[in-house]
Amino acid sequence: MTDLSKIAASRRGFLALAAGSAALAAGSGMAPAQTVRTGARIVILGAGAGGAAIANRLSERLSGASITIVDGRAEHYYQPGFTLVATGLKPARYATSSTGEWLPRGINWVREYAAEIDPEANRVTTTGGQRLDYDFLIVATGLTLDWDAIEGFSLDLVGAQHGISAHYASPEHAARSWQALDAFTSRGGIGMFGRPATEMKCAGAPVKLCLLAEDIATTKGNRDRCQFVYNAQAPNLFGVPVIHHRVRQIMDERDISYRYQHVLKAIDPGAKTATYTTPDGDKTDRWDFINVVPPQRAPQVIRDSGLSWADRWTDQGWIEVDMHTLRHARYANVFGIGDINGVPKGKTAASVKWHLPVVEDHLIAQIQGREGTRSFNGYTSCPLITRVGRAMLVEFDYKDNLTPSFPGIIAPLEELWISWLMKEVALKATYNAMLRGRA
Amino acid sequence: MEEMTLGTLIAVFEEMFGRVLWWALVAAAVVVTLAWLYVLIRDRRVSWRKFLLAQLSMPVGAVGAVWFVMWITNSGMRDIGGPIDWIVLLGVAVAGAIGLAMLVYVAQSLLRGRVTSET
Repeated sequence: MTDLSKIAASRRGFLALAAGSAALAAGSGMAPAQTVRTGARIVILGAGAGGAAIANRLSERLSGASITIVDGRAEHYYQPGFTLVATGLKPARYATSSTGEWLPRGINWVREYAAEIDPEANRVTTTGGQRLDYDFLIVATGLTLDWDAIEGFSLDLVGAQHGISAHYASPEHAARSWQALDAFTSRGGIGMFGRPATEMKCAGAPVKLCLLAEDIATTKGNRDRCQFVYNAQAPNLFGVPVIHHRVRQIMDERDISYRYQHVLKAIDPGAKTATYTTPDGDKTDRWDFINVVPPQRAPQVIRDSGLSWADRWTDQGWIEVDMHTLRHARYANVFGIGDINGVPKGKTAASVKWHLPVVEDHLIAQIQGREGTRSFNGYTSCPLITRVGRAMLVEFDYKDNLTPSFPGIIAPLEELWISWLMKEVALKATYNAMLRGRA
Repeated sequence: MEEMTLGTLIAVFEEMFGRVLWWALVAAAVVVTLAWLYVLIRDRRVSWRKFLLAQLSMPVGAVGAVWFVMWITNSGMRDIGGPIDWIVLLGVAVAGAIGLAMLVYVAQSLLRGRVTSET
């Protein structure tokens, strides 16, 4: 015993002991997943959350595969950050990075867009005329925002001058949307919020913006000058019934009025009016601030490719994949990741996080000539921010069951500080780790 | 979340702070802890005088840590909701208290040298 303490007490001895323990601890690491040798040609359309992440994962797991990723945009957007930018909590650069920094080495990045997809011939033709033949196609294009569907609207109207917010468009538009919201919560008036009738990415974001706007007005001491109206497209505020009631209760408590089955069809920026379609005909209302979230659809190249559902979402064009394996129903070598999927739920980054291991499993199983085992259960997560400093972690699956990630610790329908901390501090980091294929 | 493994957690912390800063923070925490253990072994006992000063710094560490976390996350005491929030708050306070106490103790020991007798 005294010998050991003699060793430890000398500086050199102590450092040696410490280094030895560290080496032991590091040695007990985790074994990596098995790599698979293959000559498969894989084409990934889109280098966003889904595309970049699957590129990293496959590049890690497959040895010898030829992976090509097609995306013409140099910027990568952290879309979950758009709401934070639009409410003045983060600057535009918080949600912007470069596509290139997330892509692995050893893959071919085609900086163009897909112009034509021919799943019968297993070929993609790019806008630059390149022909990419594939053994496997992963469609991760994301969706397009159909701004033209709102008559009278144009993206250059976004900002404080007209009182128009359109925070889905880009980080820069989200920043201009904040200026509009900032002016409105200072001056007062009627604030209109709402969502489109189509499927959309993050059905919670329009609600978050409305609740945050109300909180910001309250913090500024101007709540009595402002009116908040939320226009729901359906006879509910949220698709999952238990969450609809929670949101409704919060809006009732905070004196936010809401209208059901009101869908924005036109705005007049000069007269500051908005026209909504309702079951009782068109209604036109005045506003001082309006947040515009447009109808959302699959990109035209997808709709022209034959990959979309023929009999569902016919005005939107989401691709026809099996809701559990995410493999295309008619083309076994085509998979979908992210917003482009025609599945009952899950156009969120959190869903993408779950799509990735499922597609990776089934694609690699197919290369190896066996059946994959993973299944996507429709997991969707929405950290529903209810005010600056508090959020409700809303998580559910295809069956409208609540599926909390931290059961017993983070209560699903409670407005908590810890959920806000996660959104503010940990979520982007988790998203980035996902992009790199490590989460 | 698919799986909360240690690997995922480390990846997230690396992204949060940046790889270099994160491992530098880990290294700093390890160094301070090891230095503290070293000092204890070297002196073969706890110096209660130094310990007193370290203890007095604990409330400062606790309040400082809580204030810091709330400042960088744009939140405040009014945002504390359910029991888990109180647990997180206490956890942050305790971490700040212990961290600062250790640092104060170690700083005193290394600066003043070995204790031969208690005055």
